[in-house]
Amino acid sequence: MIRFEHVIKYFGERKVLDSVNFKVERGETFVIVGFSGAGKSVTLKHMIRLLTPDIGKIYVGDELMSTASGADLVRLREKFGMLFQDAALLEWMSVFDNVALPLREKTNMSNAAIEKRVEEKLRQVNLDGVHDAMPSELSGGMRKRVGLARAIVMNPDIILYDEPTSGLDPVTSRAIDQLIDRMRLELKVTSVVVTHDLFSALAIGTRIAMIYDGRILEISRPRDFIRSQNEIVKRFLDAQYITQRGAWERTDHETQ
Amino acid sequence: MITHEPEFLPPPSNLRGRLGRSVLLACRNAGRALLILWEAVLSLRFVFSKRSRPVVLQQLYITGIKSLGVISVVAMFTGMILALQMGLELRKYGQEVNIGLAVMVTMLREMGPFMTALILAASVGSAMAAELGTMTVSEEIAALEVMSISPVRFLVMPRLAAMMIMTPILTFYACMLGVVGGAIVGSTQLGVSVPAYIDNALRWAENKDLYVGLLKSFVFGIMITTICCYEGFATTEGAVGVGRATRRSVVISFLAILVVGYIITRLFYQ
Repeated sequence: MIRFEHVIKYFGERKVLDSVNFKVERGETFVIVGFSGAGKSVTLKHMIRLLTPDIGKIYVGDELMSTASGADLVRLREKFGMLFQDAALLEWMSVFDNVALPLREKTNMSNAAIEKRVEEKLRQVNLDGVHDAMPSELSGGMRKRVGLARAIVMNPDIILYDEPTSGLDPVTSRAIDQLIDRMRLELKVTSVVVTHDLFSALAIGTRIAMIYDGRILEISRPRDFIRSQNEIVKRFLDAQYITQRGAWERTDHETQ
Repeated sequence: MITHEPEFLPPPSNLRGRLGRSVLLACRNAGRALLILWEAVLSLRFVFSKRSRPVVLQQLYITGIKSLGVISVVAMFTGMILALQMGLELRKYGQEVNIGLAVMVTMLREMGPFMTALILAASVGSAMAAELGTMTVSEEIAALEVMSISPVRFLVMPRLAAMMIMTPILTFYACMLGVVGGAIVGSTQLGVSVPAYIDNALRWAENKDLYVGLLKSFVFGIMITTICCYEGFATTEGAVGVGRATRRSVVISFLAILVVGYIITRLFYQ
């Protein structure tokens, strides 16, 4: 579905992506994890062409995304929905108007059809009765859900999630995880999630990729990921108290 | 694309390098701003479409009605000051009756368009830069691009249309209020009756003065929108960046108004 081939990206002198290769399969939830500044969000932004690789190619399906422009880029972007880190809702618009925006701007749907679609999508993300609320009146979790409703309102093939659980309490984070999983099961979409929340990655990912210093260190299924022998992956797991059994664990030294 | 990749330029090695880079960056920024203007002008065909109409009306309200108070006060006092200063000098030669012409021509040719543009740049333009800048740093502009919604058509076009319509109207209004202010000072402090003042103003002022003044204001409206929207879209580095973009948009607009104002005057009055 999405293929990175030897993608290299420089920010000035610094190589932020170093020969990145991977393939996201149709229908899977591909999670990219890594330390802050490792290149996770940069990778995600390349998929939607908010950034362009200096070297290498990115394919969406069989079409080259990394050099697409004009109408081709618009058409390829229409395959995507994206949930931004802070939801990126238009603050002067109500929840309803935010979700309806792509329908109003990109389609000729009637007002009744738009209303029906928006209500359906808000229901799918477990949001009812907030149609007229303004984004500033919503909690962090609700903002993310509105952002998700907007991302899926055009029925995209692929949904990108940039740190979907950042800044949320654990209960809300797990609720968002369940939503992401539901999107995959109910809508059959391909999902790419960037996160540093390993609990989330293990819960929703069909495969997990660890990126470190611009390089992909490991791509594996969650059960294999927690048993990784790679020192950096192990350090990343240890930092979140995840053992090879996948459970939370602290040493005696830390609890004293 | 409106969103640009982050720039990491190495520091220039010497003064010449710094100067050269400043010139190149200024040229590039001007080019990007002109591209935004071009796309906005092309998008003007949607100005009366059902989905654009409410936004355009809202921008007309913000640009026109909300600026009316400050423009009224400034225009009235500008006319009064002009009349007083020129009247006191003309009185020495017994020519104080000519303040009507002096105020009318000064307001139409220069002060009306110039003053209105400065007020709009400082109030409406700075708000545009701050609004779009905040949207840029909070990834709302990127979100629009990901949804394949043109930020220029969606955000710049309604603002451009509003400024193109309202700047000449507000300028004409400011000119007329300035003339009224001049008439008040003329009749109360200089002994020039209102009918004599108006007769003098209308007899000698030319239609060309009005047309050139309105042309100036129309160009200023386009310039302010282009500069302020470009600066908003070019914002980086969070809240500090929004502040910087707002300040830059006002400073550049002021300078552009002065320079372009002179060029238009030079073209029409040789």
